Amino acid sequence: MMPIPLSWWLTVSAALFSIGVYGALSRKNAIGILMGIELVLNAVNINLVAFWRYIAPTDISGQVFAIIVITVAAAEAAVGLAIIIALYRRRQTAVVDDLDLLKN
Amino acid sequence: MNELLLLSPEIVITIVAFAVLTLDIIWKGDQRSAKILPWVAFGGVVVALLATLNVWPASSSEFGIATDSAGLIPIMAVDKMALFFKVMALLTVALVGLSAVEYIEKNSPFRGEFYALTLFAGLSLMFLSSATNLVMIYLSLEFLSITSYILTGYLRRDNRSIEAALKYFLYGALASGVMLYGFSLLYGATGSVDLATIAVNLGSANVFLVVASVTLILAGFGFKIAAVPFHQWSPDAYQGAPTPITAFLSVGSKAAGFAVLIRVLVVALPAYSFNWTVILSMVAILTMTVGNLTALWQKDMKRMLAYSSIAQAGYMLIGLAAFTSQSSDNWSNGVQGVLLFLFAYLFTNLGVFAVVIVLENKLGTTNIADYAGLIRRSPFLSIALVIFFLSLIGIPPTGGFMGKLLVFGAAIDQKLYVLAGIGILNSVISVYYYFGVVRQVFFAQESDETPIQPGFVMNAVITVTMVMTLILALYGQPFIQFATDSADILAATF
Repeated sequence: MMPIPLSWWLTVSAALFSIGVYGALSRKNAIGILMGIELVLNAVNINLVAFWRYIAPTDISGQVFAIIVITVAAAEAAVGLAIIIALYRRRQTAVVDDLDLLKN
Repeated sequence: MNELLLLSPEIVITIVAFAVLTLDIIWKGDQRSAKILPWVAFGGVVVALLATLNVWPASSSEFGIATDSAGLIPIMAVDKMALFFKVMALLTVALVGLSAVEYIEKNSPFRGEFYALTLFAGLSLMFLSSATNLVMIYLSLEFLSITSYILTGYLRRDNRSIEAALKYFLYGALASGVMLYGFSLLYGATGSVDLATIAVNLGSANVFLVVASVTLILAGFGFKIAAVPFHQWSPDAYQGAPTPITAFLSVGSKAAGFAVLIRVLVVALPAYSFNWTVILSMVAILTMTVGNLTALWQKDMKRMLAYSSIAQAGYMLIGLAAFTSQSSDNWSNGVQGVLLFLFAYLFTNLGVFAVVIVLENKLGTTNIADYAGLIRRSPFLSIALVIFFLSLIGIPPTGGFMGKLLVFGAAIDQKLYVLAGIGILNSVISVYYYFGVVRQVFFAQESDETPIQPGFVMNAVITVTMVMTLILALYGQPFIQFATDSADILAATF
């Protein structure tokens, strides 16, 4: 069986990263933006685990890093969603274009 | 030295933060006891500050490293540079916490969490300044970000606070994702997450991968210090956040961003492997110019200070650019300048925000137009404001002048004349908007002449910051020595 070359993993990850960044920049809904950001973090995880397996399999830094990223992403999503809910309760919207109170 | 003792400041802060949370639950509904909470937090910070100074002589050019249980992966360093930033973090938390007492009492029913979160934010700054490992850097950076998001949206009943929190969160989460992608590429290029090992392996690494990763990483750090073009979040977040938190973001987050930026530039990416001077100079010029030019037509004080602090980050980047250039022998001057600049900026900016908080408590507004005739209502606040603005512009005899002198001097030393020239030009531009406020304070007519009396705590905060701003210039030698020591240790790790 032929092993999958590292470059394939990196290509998938780069594609996922690009889709995520595009999503985060183009979406109007805060939840949609958050989903784009989660894609970016998943791309990072693919990168980390792939690099760990192919480049530095002797120490577990890459794996640990990936697990920490997953954990922190969960905490971040929790805080983010809480903020979105707090906003929705007051303004009945989660669309970022409607947020125009703060300006000069 | 015992490794646990090296981490004593962090341990103290952690314990006190949890103690504040617990006491808040125990004292629920007991208004009089709850008034003690900020003082518990303040006491903890003072103890941590003493613990930091106690560690100071023990730290050396040798890294004191806390490792994982197997002793394999270095995570943190307790060197003088880290301790310098820990002192900064603790001073920030102490001053922000004190200036928040009246504000929070007035604006929010939830007090204990505020001080606990502020302490946690300070803790994350301390971790960040010691981190020597990509994992630890990411972890403490996210720790800082998440606590900052919560604190920014702390006034849940205020539409603007929540809006600021959401904008800050969305920008911040994306920026940290992008930075993390850079981390993963750097890990792939060098096979390590440890900054020192990365530096060793960098020579044999794929150049394209390294440049791509470092660009992404700089974007993430640039977000934290609000450097152009990653600054769009800061005016909104600064304007909407509770004012003490605005002060914290403009000083604490920025200092931490510089701490980690300096460490990564120095330890992981020594300048000879790639020419960072051009990139950093460009970012510095853009940051100063955009910050100053946009500040010119701001009508809200907090928003104006947001742009002013973007511009200040630009001046600090000049020091870093000078540091990476290394065209003459004393190239570490750049970092020394940045450290002193940050130290002066801490007192100056926290002082300005203390004045803004007092006025917001009394007047209920942060519009610059409402500061009209302040000199007749409170000469003390007006004089304090002028001194702080002089320091932000960089006019002697203030700490800001010393900082700018060292930073611009370092740039000229490295023959970066254009960069230094644009920096000086920008300082001249900034006079216009700072003195726009001063003009309003001194010369505008205002029918309401009821005197404004700051409370005892706010008076103390403003006095301390004002005195420190002046002392840094009039009796600056020990502080210059302090900054030099911190920077020198860093150079020795090369």
